[in-house]
Amino acid sequence: MFRYLLHKLALIVPTVIGISLAAFAFVRLLPGDPILALAGERGVSPERYAELIERFGYNRPYIVQYLDYIGNVLTGDFGISIATKRPVWGEFMALFPATLELAVVALIIAVAIGIPAGIFAAVKRGSWFDQATMGVALTGYSMPIFWWGLLLIIFFSGYLGWTPVSGRIGLQYFFRPVTGFMLIDSLIAGRPGAFSSAVSHLILPSIVLATIPLAVIARQTRSAMLEVLGEDYVRTARAKGLAPRRVVGLHAFRNALIPVVTTIGLQVGTLMAGAILTETIFSWPGIGKWMIDAIGKRDYVVVQSGLLIIALIVMAVNLLVDMLYAVINPRIRVQ
Amino acid sequence: MTDQSAGEGTAATLPPEPRNRGLVEFWHYFSMNTGAVIGLVVFTLLVLMAIFAPLVAPHLPDEQFRDSLLTPPAWQEGGKSMFLLGTDAVGRDMLSRLIHGARYSLFIGLVVVVFALVSGIILGVLAGYFRGWVDALIMRVMDIILAFPSLLLALVLVAILGPGLFNAMLAIALVLQPHFARLTRAAVMAEKNREYVVSAKVAGASHLRLMLVTILPNCVAPLIVQATLSFSNAILEAAALGFLGMGAQPPTPEWGTMLASAREFILRAPWVVTFPGLAILITVLAINLIGDGLRDALDPKLKRS
Repeated sequence: MFRYLLHKLALIVPTVIGISLAAFAFVRLLPGDPILALAGERGVSPERYAELIERFGYNRPYIVQYLDYIGNVLTGDFGISIATKRPVWGEFMALFPATLELAVVALIIAVAIGIPAGIFAAVKRGSWFDQATMGVALTGYSMPIFWWGLLLIIFFSGYLGWTPVSGRIGLQYFFRPVTGFMLIDSLIAGRPGAFSSAVSHLILPSIVLATIPLAVIARQTRSAMLEVLGEDYVRTARAKGLAPRRVVGLHAFRNALIPVVTTIGLQVGTLMAGAILTETIFSWPGIGKWMIDAIGKRDYVVVQSGLLIIALIVMAVNLLVDMLYAVINPRIRVQ
Repeated sequence: MTDQSAGEGTAATLPPEPRNRGLVEFWHYFSMNTGAVIGLVVFTLLVLMAIFAPLVAPHLPDEQFRDSLLTPPAWQEGGKSMFLLGTDAVGRDMLSRLIHGARYSLFIGLVVVVFALVSGIILGVLAGYFRGWVDALIMRVMDIILAFPSLLLALVLVAILGPGLFNAMLAIALVLQPHFARLTRAAVMAEKNREYVVSAKVAGASHLRLMLVTILPNCVAPLIVQATLSFSNAILEAAALGFLGMGAQPPTPEWGTMLASAREFILRAPWVVTFPGLAILITVLAINLIGDGLRDALDPKLKRS
């Protein structure tokens, strides 16, 4: 197990260096001048321009800039946002809980519905339930989620008037963030109605974000279960006269879980990409919207560090899934 | 089982027609999947609609009917039979724009898949055939691309290259290409040490011949399935980029771009939002249905014997 982990980590080091190089290079390739972007409409005098170039270090060779940047990152300094003049890490940490909350709720929805749906579809293979579930799953998988979000807004916010259109909580509820998770903070604040307001703001965005992972998990669970249900040991378990529920739940599902766990882990990238669209549609103040705005404003420092942080998170989760995979599947460990 | 041995017997005596027989067998398995056939029919109709768009569309996609702004669809109150699906905010016929939009989406899918497939196959074959440092270098670069969420990477690339349809296609192709490289590499590695490859090598075949003529044709099945998936992914991502203002630029009747400009009328005129998205969904769904059918038909493990 330890050797397996070491092997994985050794593979990751060059990838992480490559990611940081890529993020650094992308930002140098972006058209436009960061100093002019910073100055905005009013422009900047040549002396002030030279001074700012000097201060941000943009006149030094790229290799020096890169090494300097990496040195700073290793000490936890991700630079200062050009647009807001605040530390990028601070901005990230302030906004990340919003995205995390959305992504976690979406993933819970996707797993809680996707896995049982996949199991039942596999057990009742060929039934109307199987066909309907797989039809819905393929539709969900094919869904342009930005349009799906707009449709839900038209119906639930516009037509029925049940849910708000944007934001994380009603404007009348203002309290200092403790955890950054609105569901928890609103409970801590103890104001009547605050929690239900947070829930009603969260429900549509999380449904939208859950759609594709839900479809993928349901499909993957079904095919993994079908494969396992055809195995000899399942037939043996049935022949022994074990209750069908026990055969499906204990013998089959535990082995089908292996590919399903990998699939769930791989959804993290999908969730991050989906967060960009979902947060844009619902004006959700998270990382996705932050990155879109930074790209639009040519905020070099935020784009560079944001890309780096997001890619590192995705990689860290994938590594975690790899390890979990080794824990639940002994065959991997031995190799 | 008896069927198979009989087939081998005839193949030895009669002039073999493996390609044709393969196709017949493929169609047999593909047509058992009703969904896949429906997908194929819908997709064919979409392709025909795109090719003959100027003949099918009742109006020009950019023609503005100034006296009928935001006309509802024909079956709703206030609708006009002249505009079956209504008009948008500057009085352009929705149906005509959607029909012309099919050209963009299908073209995007095709170009992206060709780009991603060709570059992915080249990199994957090189990595799987030569192994060693070539493999390590190529696969680490693929890992780096895959570490970024695809849409985010595409957005940054488009920001670098400048917003527009062509650059969006290029960015999406780059983001989708590692999947082809990985698949090709795995398939090449599995085939490389088979006897037929070794015998070709002993017979003196060059590296290029071994890679492209001997090995590659035997790795095609998973690539076809991946190409179908990428086709639908490309359409979705291009629409998403268009929706975020980084893809095709207005007044191009690209479906995602149409959605972006329709957003402000979302509650006043739902049809300008509903139909472009529905068009994307139907197209992507049809292609994914075909993809599922192809996977079942080409994967020997799933074939019912």
